Amino acid sequence: MKGRAWKFSDNIDTDVIIPYKYKARSIDPKELAEHCMEGIDPEFSKRAKKGDFIVAGRNFGCGSSREQAPVAIKACGISAVIAESFARIFYRNAINIGLPAIVCEDISKETNEGDLIELDLSEGVVKNLSTGKFMKANKQPKFLEMMLKAGGLIEYYKKFRKFPWE
Amino acid sequence: MNKLAKSLSTIRIRVLIMQHMNMVSKDFQDKVLADQGLTFSEKILSLKRFDEPNKIALANDIIVAKVDLAMAHDGTAPLAIKVLEELGIKKIWDSRKVILHIDHTYPVSSEQIANFHSIMRKFAMAQGCHIQEGNICHQYMLENFVVPGMLIIGADSHTNTQGSLGAFATGVGSTEMAAIWASGKIWLKVPESIKVVFNGKLPKGVYAKDLILFTIGKISCEGASYKTIEFTGNIVKEFSIDSRATLCNMSTEAGAKAGIIEMDNITKEYLTSLRREPMLEVHTGKEAIYDKIVEEDVEHMEPYVALPHSVDNVKSVREVEGIPIDQAFLGSCTNARLEDLMIAAKMLKGRKVKEGVRLIVTPASKSVYKYALKNEIANILMEAGASITSPTCGACVGTHCGVLGANEVCISSSNRNFIGRMGSRDSKVYLASPATVVASAIKGAIADPRDYLR
Repeated sequence: MKGRAWKFSDNIDTDVIIPYKYKARSIDPKELAEHCMEGIDPEFSKRAKKGDFIVAGRNFGCGSSREQAPVAIKACGISAVIAESFARIFYRNAINIGLPAIVCEDISKETNEGDLIELDLSEGVVKNLSTGKFMKANKQPKFLEMMLKAGGLIEYYKKFRKFPWE
Repeated sequence: MNKLAKSLSTIRIRVLIMQHMNMVSKDFQDKVLADQGLTFSEKILSLKRFDEPNKIALANDIIVAKVDLAMAHDGTAPLAIKVLEELGIKKIWDSRKVILHIDHTYPVSSEQIANFHSIMRKFAMAQGCHIQEGNICHQYMLENFVVPGMLIIGADSHTNTQGSLGAFATGVGSTEMAAIWASGKIWLKVPESIKVVFNGKLPKGVYAKDLILFTIGKISCEGASYKTIEFTGNIVKEFSIDSRATLCNMSTEAGAKAGIIEMDNITKEYLTSLRREPMLEVHTGKEAIYDKIVEEDVEHMEPYVALPHSVDNVKSVREVEGIPIDQAFLGSCTNARLEDLMIAAKMLKGRKVKEGVRLIVTPASKSVYKYALKNEIANILMEAGASITSPTCGACVGTHCGVLGANEVCISSSNRNFIGRMGSRDSKVYLASPATVVASAIKGAIADPRDYLR
């Protein structure tokens, strides 16, 4: 995966990613995407391009359990969120819907907005092609990796007729 | 809940307890419960374990566990129902263990959301699972379903609230909830634990909300990430279930996977009054290892407020008093229980809400509301100028019943003050105790409740 980095700070919460008022009335990913990151950057959904990455600091996705947060991000064309750490429900939700949530401790300090980033999911390596810097990402448990490879929980179940932890 | 429904709920819980006993060997259960080296979370998750039954689960182990209760609400259930359809699953694993709540936008505010509510009602009817409307889910769960020793998963981040009755309760998203509805199971990483101890004598004007705001301010909004917070100390042991629920509820805002208060006599009295009995009485081991122990002498504490736009941006009320407000909100799963409304009534008796300021009171459940109506509480609040809405999550999540406009300022007894949480992205939310919310409503600006207590 290769794409440009959109950089965000620490503690990006789910109300910023997608306010409740939008998610209450729609579960349509395209409609949700229009309001993605509205709290910080109302133009984000228009400017993000297919394959881009979100790069963030600590505790990304803190707050509510709304799965519409990773859904909105994915529907903007974002191919993965790479952060120093994630809030727990966001992390689970992202993997469940097939949006890679990658923990990489050095990502914020080694990335500037707009840098070209390459992510090798199976090797767990992030490369900043703009600076030439290699970074290691945390390894995920095998069953989560398999779920991501399948494209999320629904796709995994459709393929194997069982849940990844069964 | 009427009497018949209440005894049905009692029977349902008995069935769950019997099922639990069939799953785990008695010897193993006794061994785990008596183990002095295990935390509350390790014990309860060892006993719920499905992947390797009768094997102790230690912190950081990844296990598969059997779920006792799985709940979702109108913000999360419609998507879970859609996922279940996509998976091609026609029947949920156990209709007695699935509870649906219509609470986030109730009574409904728009046609689109009304359609989601219809989907939920149809699903509950087809599956034969319990559905309720018009009570905030976590309060309703405490009043009707939660007993000590349960593993409860909710498609809501504040499911932690339910740990106040000695259960392990945590939140997930919609797709995961669909998987639980299908299989009755969840994968969990057994959390490490943080012990938060509140000892001393509680000063006047200081409440559970102040203690937890202070703690989050100290350990930060990610200070308990992925971990369980066990609350204890003489203050917690004296606290009512209402106050305990506030502590556990806000554990979410420190990133915690669960907030837990062990069962004791106060829990037992609460359960007995509702004709319920515990599933398991779990106590953390005396030699259990904690990631961190935070000990606070509460005597130096004062009323606190979390400033926009993060819950760990905490200052004492004295430091920020005088900031003018447009709205004061007493509601949400954090602080809208009977105890909270009683504090408000006591302070507002014979007083008026400042002209130009609106005080919105949203009781957490119908039973709280009914009690307030019967016991003059509602009357006092309305005489003072408050508006009382029916129970809903409305204002707290910015859907209805108190949405904020651009540049408006609200002091709120709820749990989050993120940008745009309660409405406009240009509004500001200050989080505080019900007493501070009411004092501020009287003054028309952020005010210290100690100046208004009698």
